[in-house]
Amino acid sequence: MALFEIRGLTRDFGGVRAIDGLDLDVDDGEIVSVIGPNGAGKTTLFNLVTGMIPAGQGDIRFGGRSIVGLRPSQILELGIARTFQNVRLFPEMSVRENVMVARHCRTRSGMLKAIFRAPSFRREEQETRQRAEQALAFFGSRLIGWRFDTPARSLSYANRRRLELARAMASDPKLLLLDEPTAGMNPRETQELTELIQGLRDETGVTIILIEHDMRVVKGVSERVVVLDYGQKIAEGAYADVASNDRVIEAYLGRTATTA
Amino acid sequence: MAKTSLEPRGSIAVRRTFQLPIVDSFLWLVRIAAIVLIVVGAFNSLTSGRLSGQQWRDLVVFGIAQGSVYALIALGYTMVYGILRFINFAHGEVFMIGAMTGFYVSDGLSRTWLWEAQPFVSLLIVLICCMTVSALIAVLLERVAYRPLRGLPRLLPFITAIGASFFLQYTVATLFGTSVKAYPSVDALTGVVTFLGFRILKVQVLVIVAALLMLAGLYLYVEKTKAGRAIRAVAEDPEIAQLMGLSVDRTIVRVFAIGGALAGAAGFLFGLVFQNVHFLSGFLPGIKAFTAAVLGGIGNIPGAVLGGLLLGSVESLGPSLVLVGLGIPSAHQLKDVVAFLALVLVLIFRPTGILGERVSEERA
Amino acid sequence: MAEPTVAVEVPVAVEGELLAARQVDLWRAVRRGLVGGLTAAFVSANGMVEAFSERAVLGGQTLGSLLLVAVPVLVGYLAGRPPPVLQGFATPRPGWRNVAGGLVAGLLSGVVMAVFVTLIATFDVRRILINVTPGLVREPPRLLTFGLELGAGGLVLILALNAVLGAVAGTLHLLPARWRRAVFAAALWVLAFAMLQPVIVQVLRGIQAELRIWTAPLADFLYEPTGALSVPGAVAVAALAFGIHALLMREGRRPVRARLEPLPERSRRLLRLVVLAGILFLLGLLPQILGPFLSEVLNIAGIFLLMALGLNIVVGLAGLLDLGYVAFFAVGAYTTALLTSPQSSLGVGWIFWAAVPFVVLAAAVSGLAVGTPVLRMRGDYLAIVTLGFGEIARLLFLSDWLKPTFGGAQGIIQVRDITIGPIEIGGPQAFFYAIFCFVLLAAYVTYALQDSRVGRAWMAMREDEAVADAMGVNIVTAKLSAFIAGAMLAGFGGALFASKIGSVFPHSFSVIVSITILVVIIVGGMASVPGVVLASFVLVGLPELLREFAEYRFLIYGALLIFMMQRRPEGFIPSRRRAEELHEEEVGQDAWLRSQATMQQQAGPAGDGRSETS
Repeated sequence: MALFEIRGLTRDFGGVRAIDGLDLDVDDGEIVSVIGPNGAGKTTLFNLVTGMIPAGQGDIRFGGRSIVGLRPSQILELGIARTFQNVRLFPEMSVRENVMVARHCRTRSGMLKAIFRAPSFRREEQETRQRAEQALAFFGSRLIGWRFDTPARSLSYANRRRLELARAMASDPKLLLLDEPTAGMNPRETQELTELIQGLRDETGVTIILIEHDMRVVKGVSERVVVLDYGQKIAEGAYADVASNDRVIEAYLGRTATTA
Repeated sequence: MAKTSLEPRGSIAVRRTFQLPIVDSFLWLVRIAAIVLIVVGAFNSLTSGRLSGQQWRDLVVFGIAQGSVYALIALGYTMVYGILRFINFAHGEVFMIGAMTGFYVSDGLSRTWLWEAQPFVSLLIVLICCMTVSALIAVLLERVAYRPLRGLPRLLPFITAIGASFFLQYTVATLFGTSVKAYPSVDALTGVVTFLGFRILKVQVLVIVAALLMLAGLYLYVEKTKAGRAIRAVAEDPEIAQLMGLSVDRTIVRVFAIGGALAGAAGFLFGLVFQNVHFLSGFLPGIKAFTAAVLGGIGNIPGAVLGGLLLGSVESLGPSLVLVGLGIPSAHQLKDVVAFLALVLVLIFRPTGILGERVSEERA
Repeated sequence: MAEPTVAVEVPVAVEGELLAARQVDLWRAVRRGLVGGLTAAFVSANGMVEAFSERAVLGGQTLGSLLLVAVPVLVGYLAGRPPPVLQGFATPRPGWRNVAGGLVAGLLSGVVMAVFVTLIATFDVRRILINVTPGLVREPPRLLTFGLELGAGGLVLILALNAVLGAVAGTLHLLPARWRRAVFAAALWVLAFAMLQPVIVQVLRGIQAELRIWTAPLADFLYEPTGALSVPGAVAVAALAFGIHALLMREGRRPVRARLEPLPERSRRLLRLVVLAGILFLLGLLPQILGPFLSEVLNIAGIFLLMALGLNIVVGLAGLLDLGYVAFFAVGAYTTALLTSPQSSLGVGWIFWAAVPFVVLAAAVSGLAVGTPVLRMRGDYLAIVTLGFGEIARLLFLSDWLKPTFGGAQGIIQVRDITIGPIEIGGPQAFFYAIFCFVLLAAYVTYALQDSRVGRAWMAMREDEAVADAMGVNIVTAKLSAFIAGAMLAGFGGALFASKIGSVFPHSFSVIVSITILVVIIVGGMASVPGVVLASFVLVGLPELLREFAEYRFLIYGALLIFMMQRRPEGFIPSRRRAEELHEEEVGQDAWLRSQATMQQQAGPAGDGRSETS
């Protein structure tokens, strides 16, 4: 049984079918890329999986149990974390605090314990802090040290994406959904992040599904590629196979291109 | 114009409603309590016969007159919200400045021969002055305080508007004094007219007629003129409108000017009816007019009118109809409480209003 | 993608470039000057100049003349600023252009004032603008023309003075930045010493009386009997401030914090404790040094500070704009009054401390009552609804209907003072300690919550509610707990207020109190405790201290709110804008990808369709 299964997922918005009968399996420890032209439904897929949009029809199973209808925080607790296409950080909070929020679903202290600084509270804070710093240290020297206390809005664009990734990792997920992690990065940064994603999976064994437009990344890191168009899966397989698939080319370039 | 929404723009589209049964049942409790109280109170009042039929009719008329004033102010709120998704908290002060202008101009005119000889011409002059001044203040506000903050998260311009509101209030207070200004009396407006069994004060006739005329003018402007079409287009979708060559800035200025002018007219009419104005006169009518705008459906011009009339009537009839019936002493003192309750209840239970919201597309 | 380089078209004609720069300067200087002139006219017409002229600040000059003088200085400085420089252009060297800009602005400001002065001298506008008194121009002391008659040089003086001051302010730009900042520091210190004269004199005399340190003669040196700074005193302060500032801001001087870095952790903690203990000790002595009047000023500021710390949690940390905050203040005050006054409808006459648990309970319940209906509301609607709640509360407390309980317009009197055992805290100095303790508690709670899971949940909710929800933050409990925490602090404020004044009347609980507290936290910086402390002392304490500010305080608050929002701290740029930028990038990437693939298709035979990029 695969770690993550989607069966017949369908979702409509008004008159538009955003996802159409999608089936997908992802095994434990795999890195799968989801690609497709703009508007193919990729981010919608992530929104459905993480519960931020109520599901339509079909089933999504994680670790054997159905997660359809669960709230996003519950899904995070079960072990699915995501990053956002348009980097939704908490701009006024510090770098460290941004990541510490990810531990919210794994901690418990409330207001009274905070005010009285109970030992259990202190322990939990220490743990949260360390885990956050650990996640940030994964990116080398960029987000550590004095950077811990800088507000997130002061970070460069690439660092913000890294921070988002660190935040997703800090919740100890089993499945990581990355929505265009390298968008807007220059080639050097892209290469670095590609290696990092690989390293992430190798070190922690986390399963990764990523949406990407940059084919270098897709080629460099995926074991399997899934192509969506108009909400449907039109191809699946290794990068080389998918890239030469007629239907895929047609989806990207339009019908006339294949007749050239 | 129906809004077709295809794929929701931007990323996270739908905000999951917080499913806490306790909260929902609490709100349902409030709903039921409110309805029960209103029905019981109304029933008691009407059957007790404390007020005569004529008195009820007088209250209705008063409510309509008051509601007309609210409607005029509400239009300013609703138009600005429809275009900018922003509550112009200082609009009540624009109204107040109109009322104050009306005082000074009419006070000045009343010392001349024109006042006695040609009362309606004089009133027209005063009206034009009020509308002009208020429109100027509204445009100034937009230019100085709001334009630099356009596009920023909604709370920032809102807080600016709060600041502008207090600044205007105390500017008027420090320049013109805090004393109450009394409008001069107009002989032509004293007296009563009877119409279909309703006893209407001549002043109230003027208010209602003037409001109707201005609403008709606004309707024609928005529906038939090019500028009005531009306003509707920008209200619908500012980006596309701009791409089509419409000057968004100029349209927004026009909206503020029109809203301001209407508020100025409302100020003048308010002064005629209530005769006393001072620097704080704008606060309550401003909030009530905002309630009216939301009640009718914010962004919706007919909604603002409906909301205004409805709120005016509720405020006028509410204490006598419901509160007295519930056995609350000195109910008339609580008419502002009724208005605030209406505000709170509308915003909690039906923020889209009766006729529905009509605002520009929320950008991703 | 490589960083794009912007190709800037550099105009060929050098002369054209200079001309363009000057025109920008000129237009801006003109605008600044006009605004300045209008401000000066406004400030004269609304009576501020006259009210401020009651206070002597420096030698023979009053705060009023200082106000008039400040306008051309300010606009001159702003107009003399070098224009923003585009990439590719050289930064203009400071020179005559800065002075000229200042001069123009000052002159224009003077022109507007001259017109205004002529108008009010010619026409009697007093019936309309009631604060345009004869003493401004027509009769002595002729405040706007500094004593001169209009014909006999008054107008010329206005023009000349404004122009000169504008030019002088412009010359400030000729100084290197460090010296300029030192000049500002010196000016600020002189101003502070001048305005805080009552406090400083009292402190110096009080230190002498309590601690037997020879400080009183210093007061006599610094100040004249009129209350103004003496000239030698002003010079001394300016020189000292200038010197200290220039010294501190030396290049290469490491900030204090960096110097402490190498110390071991325990020494740092000890140092922090010692400093804290020292501050607390000094603050403990403060009421004795300050005397009853100034202690009272501090008390009022302190109560507002307590409430500001509460609203800081609701607005600053959790991002919920509560405009009806005064309702919680009222609940605390009325609860205390009802329970401690023998004259209230309950008439139980308990001691203050027995009422406190009920204050906490009442505040918590109110917080819950206000928070629950607004849980799903967006920010501005939430603000208006809470405003509605606040007004409903006030009107109900005022009403005849609830008069049997709350006393209606007559309120509740004979509220008991706070007692600690047999000691009754009656006077302002004793009361200071009570308020101080509560403020310390509130500050501690704020810090404790800020730096905790709860605080982070609030801040995350404030920044991005949907994402916070996705991360597991229970939005409902977060919002309600914020309201309750804020309500409790306001409740304490109300309780202290009731005991201090000895009675509660509904007119003390109007919306203007909520707005005042809002201004305090916005000016102080949301979620910043030291900022809020400073802001409440300046914004609330100063009008209590200097009565001439009291009349104009709300005008100033309104202007401050507008000003603070215009400054737009960086953090307010939303992720939304980022989203737009990203969207554009993505579209661009897609187009590029397609173009690459098309090129491959067209170029190579039997291309494999791979969108390979180099």
